[in-house]
Amino acid sequence: MTSRVEQRAVVAQGIAFAGLGACTALIVAVVVAVIGLIVVQGAPALSWAFLTTMPAQGMRAGGIFPALIGTLELVGLTVLFALPMGVAAAVYLTEYARESWFTRLVRLAIVNLSGVPSVVYGLFGLSLFVIFCRFGTSLLSGALTLAIMILPVVITASEEALRSVPQSFREVSHSLGASHWQTVRHAVLPFAVPGIMTGTILGISRAAGETAPILFTVAAFYLPRLPQSVFDPAMALPYHLYVISTQVPNIPAHQRYGTALVLLLLVLSMNLLAVLLRARFRRKRQW
Amino acid sequence: MVNGPGTPRLALREWSVWYGTQQALKSITLDVRSREILGVIGPANSGKTSFLRSLNRMNEMNPAFRYQGTIALDGRDVYRTLDSQEVRRRIGIVFALPLPLPVSIRDNVTYGPRMQGERGRGRLAELTERSLRAASLWDEVKDRLDVPAMKLSGGQQQRLCIARTLALQPEVILFDEPCSGLDPISTAKVEETMLQLKADYTLVLVTNNTKQAARVSDRTAFFLMGELVELDRTGVIFATPKDQRTNDYVTGRFG
Repeated sequence: MTSRVEQRAVVAQGIAFAGLGACTALIVAVVVAVIGLIVVQGAPALSWAFLTTMPAQGMRAGGIFPALIGTLELVGLTVLFALPMGVAAAVYLTEYARESWFTRLVRLAIVNLSGVPSVVYGLFGLSLFVIFCRFGTSLLSGALTLAIMILPVVITASEEALRSVPQSFREVSHSLGASHWQTVRHAVLPFAVPGIMTGTILGISRAAGETAPILFTVAAFYLPRLPQSVFDPAMALPYHLYVISTQVPNIPAHQRYGTALVLLLLVLSMNLLAVLLRARFRRKRQW
Repeated sequence: MVNGPGTPRLALREWSVWYGTQQALKSITLDVRSREILGVIGPANSGKTSFLRSLNRMNEMNPAFRYQGTIALDGRDVYRTLDSQEVRRRIGIVFALPLPLPVSIRDNVTYGPRMQGERGRGRLAELTERSLRAASLWDEVKDRLDVPAMKLSGGQQQRLCIARTLALQPEVILFDEPCSGLDPISTAKVEETMLQLKADYTLVLVTNNTKQAARVSDRTAFFLMGELVELDRTGVIFATPKDQRTNDYVTGRFG
């Protein structure tokens, strides 16, 4: 016969398990609800025409073509700036710099940079690129702002990828008479590329979804044409979504949810790509 | 004749090495002669690997490395006069573990020459064949030079690493326990390769396996706790050593 104390312990354990399980289920439920809502409400709006036509009737009808293209261009430019800078910084930190107060300061800065709220980046981009550098509200200003925002992600991922290349590769390369740069270029970087790519894609997918940094730097409220150069403003999906959800009355719901769905698919597919790439290279890795 | 057999190629004079505050080698003075295999034996922490890595400046990969004394290659100071890349090209090294880079067999062999700026396909192909032949691996891999090097067996990988070092066209080759991860048959192949290489190169062989030193080296040096205890013809070291500690070690009484 079990004692009262034991019975109470069993009951308490049951309650705790149920509570923990419920919390876990709740997380899943929230994800399912969010995605489900967007898919159900947005799917009717999805069509080839929705993706490839200009907005019409004050954005109440028509497609999201300029916002989609704007986001893709913005993201492409962001990679162009963030990738070389981030990889260069990571190579310097892991392959060249000796551990010192300076590298510690740089790492501290990187950690802090990744904690800065995105709206602050927006304000920073506004004052530095839009106003001080006179790039105006433009793709260039926005991409530079986003690049700075995702730099910590790119640097951290690249550093990790470089560190995961075995030290023996560097030794072998040096022992064969290669210079330090040749070693980095031929015996380290090629084997860090998968990790760098994965990190960069995750960074971009974050950049693609952010509204605040592009709010002041690039986004156009309504622009029924594509940007002609990097100095033109552009529409972008997250900001477009914000605009049609809050700033324009009488917009059909499927228009909003369609836009949200496209944005969601864009970001999710990038994350999926990163995951697949990582899995593929893990499997193929030979050391 | 500078490069005739028996003339000194590498000369160490009062060579000492520290890693931080830890002294690894204590005032070593010895010559490595042209076209000999110099065996280096000794227990763990005797300084034999430090000795080997001193010869081609691989020690400098460790930021805590400090040295005193001189090492000269054909009379020129390895640390003060020669450039470290030149030293490593002229004095190749084969590591304890086979460490092919995760690229093709061909790209492994041609790595050194490519880093020196060699681009000619014909020249690289010729170097590849000659190096692989000299390392007794050519017949086993000639039809699959573009296969990843990691697909080879351990013994083949180690001979590939020897070929990769040979492709540098070095003058001296250092072997750092080259057979420690290999089975007896692969070991025999690597030893055979070393004996063939002696005709053209100067070899230094660090080994934990005293029998291996007895089999292949012309002269043998016994290191203990960072000191060179004894250096003599291999027959003398193993039959009638002058130092009691050498005798104890080669007869298996310690180490």
